[in-house]
Amino acid sequence: MGSFFGGIHPRYNKELSDRQAIETMPLPGKLIVHFTQNLGAPPRPIVKKGDDVKKGQVIAEPGGFVSAPVHAPTSGTVKSIDVYPHPAGTDMPAAVIVPDGNDEWADGCDVERDTNLLDADAIKNLIQAGGLVGKGGAAFPTHVKLSPPPGKKINLLIINGAECEPYLTADHRLMLDRPSEILEGAALFARVIGVDLIIVAIERNKPDAIGRMSEHAAGRAGFSIEAMDVVYPQGAEKQLIYSLTKRRVPAGGLPMDVGVLVQNVGTAYAAYEAVTFDRPLIERVVTVTGSGIVQPKNVLARIGATFEDLIAFCGGLKSDTGKIISGGPMMGVAQYSLDASVTKGTSGIVLLTNDEIPQFTGDACIRCGRCVNVCPMGLNPSALSIFIERMMFERAGEYNVMDCIECGCCAYVCPSRRPMVHHLRRGKAEVRKAAKKAG
Amino acid sequence: MLTAIIALASLALLASFGLAMAARVFAVEIDPKVEAIEEALPGANCGVCGLPGCAELARHIAEGTAEVDACPVGGEAVAHMIASIMGQTFEGGGVRSVAMVMCNGDDEVAAKRFFYNGVYDCNSAALLFGGDKACSYGCLGQGTCAGVCPFGAIDMLPSGLARVNPEKCTGCTKCVSACPKGIIKMIPSDRTVHILCSSHDKGGKVRKSCRVGCIGCQRCVKAAPEGAIEMEENLAVVNYEADIPHTVAESCPMNTIVIRGPGIVEELDTENKAAVEGRA
Ligand code: SF4
Ligand code: SF4
Ligand code: SF4
Ligand code: SF4
Repeated sequence: MGSFFGGIHPRYNKELSDRQAIETMPLPGKLIVHFTQNLGAPPRPIVKKGDDVKKGQVIAEPGGFVSAPVHAPTSGTVKSIDVYPHPAGTDMPAAVIVPDGNDEWADGCDVERDTNLLDADAIKNLIQAGGLVGKGGAAFPTHVKLSPPPGKKINLLIINGAECEPYLTADHRLMLDRPSEILEGAALFARVIGVDLIIVAIERNKPDAIGRMSEHAAGRAGFSIEAMDVVYPQGAEKQLIYSLTKRRVPAGGLPMDVGVLVQNVGTAYAAYEAVTFDRPLIERVVTVTGSGIVQPKNVLARIGATFEDLIAFCGGLKSDTGKIISGGPMMGVAQYSLDASVTKGTSGIVLLTNDEIPQFTGDACIRCGRCVNVCPMGLNPSALSIFIERMMFERAGEYNVMDCIECGCCAYVCPSRRPMVHHLRRGKAEVRKAAKKAG
Repeated sequence: MLTAIIALASLALLASFGLAMAARVFAVEIDPKVEAIEEALPGANCGVCGLPGCAELARHIAEGTAEVDACPVGGEAVAHMIASIMGQTFEGGGVRSVAMVMCNGDDEVAAKRFFYNGVYDCNSAALLFGGDKACSYGCLGQGTCAGVCPFGAIDMLPSGLARVNPEKCTGCTKCVSACPKGIIKMIPSDRTVHILCSSHDKGGKVRKSCRVGCIGCQRCVKAAPEGAIEMEENLAVVNYEADIPHTVAESCPMNTIVIRGPGIVEELDTENKAAVEGRA
């Protein structure tokens, strides 16, 4: 399959971890479970210090429609509720749960049911109750995507296995190790929105995953496995849709505006678990990798596992490790504390050694236009960064800063080493602030 | 040749006549007061009064839709001049209000959680975990306030703090809304006792992150006259209406209370001194 405008070809470094089968991490001594794990309205905590919880019990209720409940990842006691670093780059309230070791499910969880008997609404309700969010990183509540407003008809479901972010191999391994579960989950999504065509999109640099998924999809009606060109950010929603269908999602619009629903492979797997077994989203695969970790691994970890425990499970840090990134090196967020913990959107932890972290200060834009050439959203990052630097946020808004997907292509190619994404994030924050003020 | 000259000359005559007529017919009456007021205003066109330039403010004052002291830059002297143009009297005599950064935790005394090397701007720095300071209330030292101050009244100390020069501050409050931490307060310029901390954290947490932070021990509250210092969520806050003796500063075990103001010579270390004086 072809490609979209722009993009870059970074070094992928996936060979560090792509041969490591998924390993289940034993229950750690404590879990720091964040209450806010989705985009949209923050969930409301309903536990307090000292409460005993069962595995799968709701500990935070949705704060609105665009919100997802949070469940206890194991049975144990809520030791405290305090502010902890959230891997997305803020300090936020979280529950510290000390496991009792029994790992005992709450009533009603972990019971197999015949999904053939369920209608679309029942499936959607189970997905909503299971606290599912997009596991690719953005953490948008899944049931919202499955609820298009009346006039919008969806006719294509794309299961996103592109995994274009360098270093990360969690989705890759999931496709190798749990292929039929992913397809089951995808079929459930398809039933909810009533589509017959499901495309599983995988970048060509994962031939084994393409092979495995094709094997399992053979004989199943409606599935098609597509090999995608290897170009970053192929896995970004709007870019993937364009590559596959040549449909353009309008500025500020959603995939459903062009009749498409995109779900990540990890989310499809979670849907299978939630709908078939009533197991809410309490664990996920996290790639722990980079030259700063002793044994790179793909770890099946409980939500709330601290980076400290994950790193210990992977043999510990090397002596010259200098940077910890949650997510990949392109879109991830640098962390300052190993108290940061796995959330539903945490796809990986990348550990870099000191010699891999260039220290520099950006210069003025030399207007070379390279960033314009690579921006997959067709923006003018050069102009945007200059407006934002000069605090001309209204102009940045007029130049569609809100369409920026923070992919980092512009920063990657800038010869002046301008901190482009930092500027762009600031610009977006200011435009949002202004919009809020205006009501 | 001759015809050309005559033709052009008559065209010129006609045009100048037309212009002269237009000037009479369309003449705009300028209130002499407006002109006089504009003359009295500083002419910086800084926009601090909230209007696009001094001429606009002059018009508003003349029409009575703005006060005679609406220009914070001109201060009382200008207000007096304008008042006499308007045939009013300006009482004045009030105390100016000036900005003050309510944090004294520079890089020497306040701990950092990580090494920040992003964009030099406090709003940008605050996007990442609220900033690099261990104290989540403290000044980020990335100079956003200094950047927006139209009067160059804020010095960025090399030790990583913003500091307002009360001599230059006109009280326009631009810095107050620019600071992402919300730690710049407007205070009467004649006050001399300040509690330079904004942290509402409990004492134990404050001690871990800053050596000059308020730990909420309330010793100053007891040392000061009744109601002069009040507790707000673990933080002692000066009531700027009250008179507070300088000795109160000695009651604070953390050296959070600073004596600063008109007629007080403060000791600054050499580097910071150079920064403050270099811009004076
Ligand atoms: S970060 Fe934003 S502006 Fe830069 S290339 Fe990506 S979409 Fe374009
Ligand atoms: S790549 Fe960098 S230097 Fe070139 S135009 Fe873009 S921002 Fe300017
Ligand atoms: S911006 Fe702040 S420091 Fe500068 S003049 Fe205005 S109030 Fe004073
Ligand atoms: S006072 Fe506020 S705006 Fe000024 S440097 Fe400190 S944090 Fe930044």
